[in-house]
Amino acid sequence: MIGSDIIIKCLEEEGVKYVFGYPGVAICPFYNSILESDIKTVLVRTEQNAAHMASGLARITGKPGVCAVTSGPGATNIITGIATAFADSIPLVVFTGQVNSELLGSDVFQEADITGAAESFVKYSYLVREASELPRIIKEAFHIANTGRKGPVLIDIPFDVQNTQVSRFKYPDEVSLRTYKPTVKGNVAQIKKVIKELENARKPIICAGGGVLLSEAENDLRSFVEAHAIPVVTTMMGIGVMPTDHPLYFGMVGNNGKAYANKAMNDADLVMMVGARVADRAISQPDLITKDKVLVHIDVDPAEIGKNAVSSIPLVGDAKAIFKELSESEFEADYDEWVTSLDEQKASYKSSRKPSGAYVDPAAFIRKLSEKMEDNAIYVADVGQNQIWSCANAIVRKGRFLTSGGMGTMGYSIPAALGAKLADPGRQVVAVCGDGSFQMSMMELATFVQSGVQAKIVVISNGYLGMVREYQHYAYKDNYSVVDLSGSPDLEKLVSAYGFDYMRLERNDEAGKVIDMFLKDEKNVLLECIVDPMDLVKD
Amino acid sequence: MKIKRIYSVTVENRSGVLAKVSGLFARRSFNIDSLAVGETHDPTVSNMTIVSSGDERTLEQIEKQLNKKLDVIKVKTFAESQCVTRELMLMKVKYNKNNRREIMEICEVMGADIVDMSLHYMMIQICDDPDKIRLLIDMFKSISIVEVARTGSLALSKCCENE
Repeated sequence: MIGSDIIIKCLEEEGVKYVFGYPGVAICPFYNSILESDIKTVLVRTEQNAAHMASGLARITGKPGVCAVTSGPGATNIITGIATAFADSIPLVVFTGQVNSELLGSDVFQEADITGAAESFVKYSYLVREASELPRIIKEAFHIANTGRKGPVLIDIPFDVQNTQVSRFKYPDEVSLRTYKPTVKGNVAQIKKVIKELENARKPIICAGGGVLLSEAENDLRSFVEAHAIPVVTTMMGIGVMPTDHPLYFGMVGNNGKAYANKAMNDADLVMMVGARVADRAISQPDLITKDKVLVHIDVDPAEIGKNAVSSIPLVGDAKAIFKELSESEFEADYDEWVTSLDEQKASYKSSRKPSGAYVDPAAFIRKLSEKMEDNAIYVADVGQNQIWSCANAIVRKGRFLTSGGMGTMGYSIPAALGAKLADPGRQVVAVCGDGSFQMSMMELATFVQSGVQAKIVVISNGYLGMVREYQHYAYKDNYSVVDLSGSPDLEKLVSAYGFDYMRLERNDEAGKVIDMFLKDEKNVLLECIVDPMDLVKD
Repeated sequence: MKIKRIYSVTVENRSGVLAKVSGLFARRSFNIDSLAVGETHDPTVSNMTIVSSGDERTLEQIEKQLNKKLDVIKVKTFAESQCVTRELMLMKVKYNKNNRREIMEICEVMGADIVDMSLHYMMIQICDDPDKIRLLIDMFKSISIVEVARTGSLALSKCCENE
């Protein structure tokens, strides 16, 4: 038994089913040992997407996604994917091959100091020096990645360590880390304070972030707010915490959010931020959520509390545990008047969009697409105008809404959709991207074909890098610079080359029929929607 | 308002930990006024004494971000008045027969030692709190400082019977 056999045995112990990656000599022992295992491999077409696929899988299974790439360029290519997962607190365990231990630091072929380079994008990293340390390190890595505030862990393994003979294998039963004991349960005194403030409040609101989904606390949050009729808004990462048609749900906040959601936050007298970072795109003026109101900030990461906004009641802990504790406390409150006023504002809201009719209106299209998708479907949005249209219009019932919120990495949707589909093959998964983001990940069409995973991809096509064009429209008075996507391929020919079905939608009146065909199609399929190149995300 | 704070940080004694901690300060634009690192009585543990300054919120973030690092075992923070701080400085100065007497007097008053000497140069050593060290440097500015090496502050909280 050699080091790489040990790694695979550890992955089996962790119940890993898929490894996403790209081989190179430095990781070849790993890819040789995996042949003896039932763990399936997915060969990506560029390493960044291995991390995105693992991210899609992790977000559906709730377990860390696993990647394995080679040293040097393989390792540096995956950094963007690791950083994307880090920004959204997605658990990954990433293995990188490394040059022989005795050559470390001598700048030999395909050597990169990846633990150094990735330091600010990982929760933790290891450079393995002895094969005998592998079981402990891998056990720790899975534990660190998927507890506390989740995130990616990198394990860099020199070639010789993978090839070292090891006499015995024992996977540790538990980890022992003197420096790492994340708080799960909320402090009882703080919980009492929150309940007291809820009793005093007349206009409370909960702003739920991605942390609620990461701790699988959706149902706990829903039963809590239903029991007391507390309205809820979400950040982009929190979309799906509440079904979008829930009477207590008032949309996404932020500079691309619903005006009535932002107004609700401003008008509230008590704001409970749960699993959200108070980052600039969601809360552009942190002062406003602390001025004249009580801010309760619930997060598993103590460093997030007080970083961007000073809270009146900091509450460190896991969202699921905390909602359980909150639910056990009884209190009397009546927020009906407040909820009614929010209902009125929501009902009186009128979109200022004026679709021309000559093109597909992306807002109406996304509403129809998501409405027709299965109840528990997974909608994967990319980055750009398509993302903002998706956030504003996608209907999520019992399904999930995945996107790269923190890092805003273009090209996320296609690989993440592949990972999500592998995680739960019975569920419908649709990736929605733009023609810019599509071209950042289109090499992965081959991965869908090769791994036999069904692809359903929507491309919102406008011939521009629309989000930047829109910014240049406002900031530079339509002086467009480097946003014209001329030269893009004929998508019909392109996807046909991969054996995909191609559908095209040019006007909304055919949308229902085309969407039905698209969703029913059992082959790999891409639907291109032609939208007005000058359209804006303004809702 | 800028406040000075001392962080006494115990960390795992492993390679790369100093880079991780100093990288954290750089990435988040936290100041490092001084940094001193050394092994403790437990060879698996090192102690870092970091002196930083900033507003109250920044100082709190520094503590939280340090605690978040998985190689950090414990972070203790204190104001200067709550701890004993010491710094070691070596200073090389050029002297002549006119100021040699003066230099020796300053050293005597300040509790500094002359630890090496040649025909025109002498090396002065002082171990004291950072204010005294600054004072000594000021005293020598009018003489002739050739080189200075300082360790940065070390600090431990003051003794207390219920530790």
